[in-house]
Formats: sequence, C-alpha cells, structure tokens
Amino acid sequence: MRFILKDNMKRERKKMSNMEQAIDANLRRAYEDVANQDVPDRFTELLNQLREAEKHKAENQND
Amino acid sequence: MIDPRDEIVEHLGAMRAFAMSLTRNSALADDMVQDALVKAWTKIESYQPGTNMRAWLFTILRNTYYSHHRKARREVADVDGEMSASLAQKPDHDGRLQMRDFNKAFDQLNAEQREALVLVGAGGFSYEEAAQTCGVAVGTIKSRVNRARRQLAVLMQLDDDEVMEATDIVTSGIVGKQKSVA
Repeated sequence: MRFILKDNMKRERKKMSNMEQAIDANLRRAYEDVANQDVPDRFTELLNQLREAEKHKAENQND
Repeated sequence: MIDPRDEIVEHLGAMRAFAMSLTRNSALADDMVQDALVKAWTKIESYQPGTNMRAWLFTILRNTYYSHHRKARREVADVDGEMSASLAQKPDHDGRLQMRDFNKAFDQLNAEQREALVLVGAGGFSYEEAAQTCGVAVGTIKSRVNRARRQLAVLMQLDDDEVMEATDIVTSGIVGKQKSVA
C-alpha cells in the first residue's frame, strides 16, 4: 500500500513539473512570438519624431 | 554625450510582448507602447543610467496600462483577442501544448497574475526585478506567480491525458508526429 501511495505522489509531482514546464514553454513562446516580430515603423518613426522635435526646440532656444 | 534614450529602441520588441500580455489585444497593446514611449522620452531624467532600462520602461508601460484600464473599466476586454486567434492558427509541430488552449487559460488570469508570470516566466526578470517593476514586495510577486501557475495548471488539466501526452513529448525531446488539430 505504502508503495502505491508513494508512486501516486511521485506521479502527481511529475505531472505538476511537466505542467510547469509546459506552462513556461507556452509563456515563452507567446512572449517571444511578439518580442521577435519586426517592430512596426510607427514606433521607430515616433522615436525619430521625438528626437527631431527636441532638436528644433533646442535650436530655437539658442536663437 | 550618450543619451540613454538611444537605447529605448532595443526594448521595443519586449515592450510590445509585455503590453500584449497585459492587454491581450494587439491593437491596444501597441497603443499602450506608443503612450509609454512618449512618457519615457519626456521623463528620461527619472531613469538612472546604468540601471535596468527594460525594467524602467516596463514600469512606465504597466502604469500606462493600469491608468488606461481604470478609465476604460467598463469596456469589455477582448478575451479571444486577435493575438490569441492568430497564434491559435499556427500549426503546432513541436509537441507543445496547443497555444489556443493555453491562451484561453491565460486570459482567465487577472492582469496582476499575468504580468508577474510573464516577467518571471518569459521576460527573464528575477523576482526582485519583477517586484520593483510592479511596485510590490518580492513575496507578493512570488505568490502571484505561484497562484497563476496553479490556476493555469488547473485550467489546463481539464484535458489531463492530452496534457500528459504533450508534456511527455516535450520532456523526452521527441519532436514528431502529433495529432493534427483542425
């Protein structure tokens, strides 16, 4: 009996760690699918615009 | 002189992924990233050079999201979001759990659990970094991650046999034939 119980516990634990691995694999996959996508131009353009705007501001202040 | 803002561009992909895990909607996620970028740009003096810029950007991003979320509380979240749909259509050749099932379960977590789980489980953040990013104690992050994992496990164990089968394939590293899912 004791052995069966132990076996069950072992199996439960294995199931949980399998589950955890599966969860993390899926998490990483969902995350990386987006993280590795080409960044839409709107963001690089936005950063350029912000930089330009600041340059103009600085130039005007110098005048 | 080095402008730390030159580094922001390197974190755009990660920002979009984190925003996606918060909003579960790709259009909204990109709007949040856009707002966060403007804030980050104009508040750069609050960033301490040499510290973790990604964590700093994520903090701004989540603040942007939560203040937007408070305003839009009445709006119903796009639970079966565009993103989940597009991921679900991808054929799964590698024996991992079907993304659609995972996404469905993930959608049922609250935003606090999702962000904790994503930062630690996918974003490579330490518990300490995640705690700092979310403005809570390390213990809080740990318990959110644990609860989120348990809840996902429960949600996904509904299909227990299938899960065992899929994870056993992962564990043994056998990549091969898989039941095709329409």
